[in-house]
Amino acid sequence: MNPLASIGRTTISFFNTIGRISLFFGRALYHCFTPPFYGRLLGRQLIEIGYYSLPVVGLTAIFTGMVLALQSYTGFVRFNAEGAVASVVVLSITRELAPVLAGLMVSGRIGAAMAAEIGTMSVTEQIDALTTLSTNPFKYLVAPRLIAGVLMLPLLVLVADIIGVFGGYLVSVYKLGFNPTVYLERTWDILEPLDVVSGLVKAAVFGFLISLMGCYHGYHSRGGAKGVGAATTNAVVSASVLILAFNYIITELFFAI
Amino acid sequence: MMADKPPKISIKNLHKQFGEKIVLNGLDLEIPDGQSVVIIGGSGTGKSVLLKNILGLLSPEKGSILIDDQDIVGMNWPQRESILQKVGMLFQNAALFDSLTVWENVAFGLIEGRGIKRKKAHEIAIDKLADVGLGSDIGSLSPSELSGGMRKRVGLARAIATDPEIIFFDEPTTGLDPIMGDVINDLIVDRVKHLGATTLTITHDMASARKIADKIAMIYKGKIIWAGPVTDIDNSGNDFVNQFIHGRADGPIQMDVRAG
Repeated sequence: MNPLASIGRTTISFFNTIGRISLFFGRALYHCFTPPFYGRLLGRQLIEIGYYSLPVVGLTAIFTGMVLALQSYTGFVRFNAEGAVASVVVLSITRELAPVLAGLMVSGRIGAAMAAEIGTMSVTEQIDALTTLSTNPFKYLVAPRLIAGVLMLPLLVLVADIIGVFGGYLVSVYKLGFNPTVYLERTWDILEPLDVVSGLVKAAVFGFLISLMGCYHGYHSRGGAKGVGAATTNAVVSASVLILAFNYIITELFFAI
Repeated sequence: MMADKPPKISIKNLHKQFGEKIVLNGLDLEIPDGQSVVIIGGSGTGKSVLLKNILGLLSPEKGSILIDDQDIVGMNWPQRESILQKVGMLFQNAALFDSLTVWENVAFGLIEGRGIKRKKAHEIAIDKLADVGLGSDIGSLSPSELSGGMRKRVGLARAIATDPEIIFFDEPTTGLDPIMGDVINDLIVDRVKHLGATTLTITHDMASARKIADKIAMIYKGKIIWAGPVTDIDNSGNDFVNQFIHGRADGPIQMDVRAG
């Protein structure tokens, strides 16, 4: 096997994929803003992404907040700075951990489900059937999922912010012996609107990425059950990597403000 | 004397290839208005690709596909939507939507494509299910609860739900036992006559082709190599057709053992 040929093929395949995702992105975005709109399907996706993800996001947030309080206390106590625990917990949760962890959890739950559902529709000709029934598959399948992803992730992250901070509060007050009033005052004093807003902006972008990757990989899955399995894996892996990459980019942008 | 009606569908010099594999190689075909044309041919000869090109699911490299004198090649979605409003399609495995009930599947084109209210669409769907021999109690079931024959019937009900001018059938009897296959054939003939629709069927089931067709065309290596009335099929004088309709391994058609 010629290694140069292999590198060449991989490079072409990479740019081919980037091009296809860009075209898919453009078409999907266009259909999000042009009628007809499928309100019933949008409602179903809002519930699927928002309501049914609440338990997993809530559990992730509370344990993250709890462990964050414990770990930051372990570090800060060495410098007699344990008073900073409340500040670290609230800033870490709102700016970073809630959006990223909620994004990753929803990616595993929703991105995989989208890829599997649309992928199965693709390999069983259901997407072709939609077209023959005068229904644009992008409007019917992709647009509601993208819109629901963008709308629901920020709401989930807002809930995760509250639960995560509450987790830190529980450990700090009931295990580490902090004064509850002082802890809440420090949490409130340090928090600025931009901390929350930056997390919500991240969440909206992550929601879009999760839905985009789920729909893209599902839509292009081929080859029966194996193809659908590969699409599901690719949707979760690519969404997770993109979440981490865009997390850095958005953080960098907010640093500049 | 009346002038000859133009064909409902006219395909000229159609070319389609995937990479270096040529699937359609200058295919020509005319489907007269109100007639039932069946395309026969072996696996991998381009039957399904032809159908997908006509439906706009694939784009040909070259050639034209005229439906009611309108070239659909290169049409954008709004233009294509108006053509698709005239079309019904029965897929090989029915392609019913898993997430919807049977009646919602049948009524899908009415609700989403024509904007008919759900209550009215439900009534029409139940009528169409009755037309294909299924009771109203089937309407509330999920497609996963149906047998293969029932799925085909529901697929047929969905295909005729909007009273289309053109209906496509992709291997309508594949996967069914001979009796159920014949039931589906009878239903197709009955419903198509009732609607007065133009139909194009692709199949390699000769019993089905003989029953459904007014005209048969045989596709081989991406071209129509013979076309004529169904009554002429046994006297076509074409060695390829003779080998195919008698299902002989020996003859001018050499099947690739390996996938191409």
